[in-house]
Amino acid sequence: MRHLMNPLDFTTQELDRLFDLAGDIEHNMEKYAHACDGLILATCFYEPSTRTRLSFESAMTRLGGRVIGFSDAGSSSASKGESVSDTIRVVSCYADICAMRHPKEGAPMVAMEHSRIPVINAGDGGHQHPTQTLTDLLTIRSLKGSLGGFTIGLCGDLKFGRTAHSLIHALMRYEDIRFLFISPEELRVPDYITEILKSKKIPYEEITSLEDAMPRLDLLYMTRVQKERFFNEEDYIRLKDFYILDTAKMELARPDMLVLHPLPRVNEISVEVDSDPRAAYFKQVQYGVYVRMALILTLLELA
Amino acid sequence: MLNVGKIEEGFVLDHIKAGRSLSIYDHLGLDKLDCTVAIIKNARSNKMGKKDILKVECDINMLDLDVLAYIDHSITVNVIKDGEIVDKKDLVLPRQIKNVIHCHNPRCITSIEQELPHIFYLADPAREIYRCKYCEEKYTEHSKKRK
Repeated sequence: MRHLMNPLDFTTQELDRLFDLAGDIEHNMEKYAHACDGLILATCFYEPSTRTRLSFESAMTRLGGRVIGFSDAGSSSASKGESVSDTIRVVSCYADICAMRHPKEGAPMVAMEHSRIPVINAGDGGHQHPTQTLTDLLTIRSLKGSLGGFTIGLCGDLKFGRTAHSLIHALMRYEDIRFLFISPEELRVPDYITEILKSKKIPYEEITSLEDAMPRLDLLYMTRVQKERFFNEEDYIRLKDFYILDTAKMELARPDMLVLHPLPRVNEISVEVDSDPRAAYFKQVQYGVYVRMALILTLLELA
Repeated sequence: MLNVGKIEEGFVLDHIKAGRSLSIYDHLGLDKLDCTVAIIKNARSNKMGKKDILKVECDINMLDLDVLAYIDHSITVNVIKDGEIVDKKDLVLPRQIKNVIHCHNPRCITSIEQELPHIFYLADPAREIYRCKYCEEKYTEHSKKRK
């Protein structure tokens, strides 16, 4: 039985198969409309999330399956003190596959260790968010044509931003990728990631100026500074609007550069950028549904 | 000078930093074993000034000594059989250590699920870096002192 905890759980060959399947789903949606008839996805979300939860629900529904679950810890047995390991033992009796989001890092791994059904990590604290990464990779592959041979800038909260961490881990395995980490000093990429980049001799730079980075990028991955990751409100207020991507900055970028964002955005991308053809973040949402459909089919061994 | 008799089969852990023998006693789980243990604290040492020594009389296959490599490289492990030293064991950093150190990351699941073991894996053998299995928080020499 396979689970998904980390983007590296799949080899690049397995990811190619997953993305090929997602591509087939995109173009032949009706072929998969009953692929999960009679099957149930449990969405165990211990912290608020609209996009990821709805994306999973949409994916399972489009496959003909059904969805049960909870959308915050207050409406689950966690509020009564139930452990993650007990919850997943119970959920294993109700559903065929589980997507779990939890504010504590490593919680889905605890679930995986006690589960009888495949578990998908739908985000664990500031740690990993592998299905967002699969979405990002599918978007890049679909819009850029390949996963390699480019310079990608990641901008914003690179310290707590799990989407950024997961994407970096996943891209490390492809050829000829250069990273530009654009963040304030306080929100730099954690050292465990830069240690791996150094050991693999993958080029990266840490800079503060988004303007300086723009002309050098093939892809820009913007992230939000997340209030819930800060223990100190003052730090959050000081850093939340550090970067704002607007049309003036977009003019510095190459004509074929793409802007991605895991969403939701707050102020970090000005709405005036939405009409720029290089803004790919809403297409990314659509790819998120296709890749989750492909993932559910793969983990349920229906593909 | 205090004299402790020799053992027939087991281990003599020598050159333990003075005062650390009780901690090692705990880490090896000796409190749970039905065997004879001599704990010698603050023995005179030419090399160290003062040192601790642990003598454990047991089947030599009974103890997992790898955890010692994580706690202190400089400990000498003498393997005793028929009253004689038959081997000096090289300590190898364990690939995984369980409940030796605790994860101090307040965002880690181990901070709220009390029954979870604190498991660390060897992420970088060359630099002796261990990371929490669940949250990947790094633990180094500095962190060991926090235990």
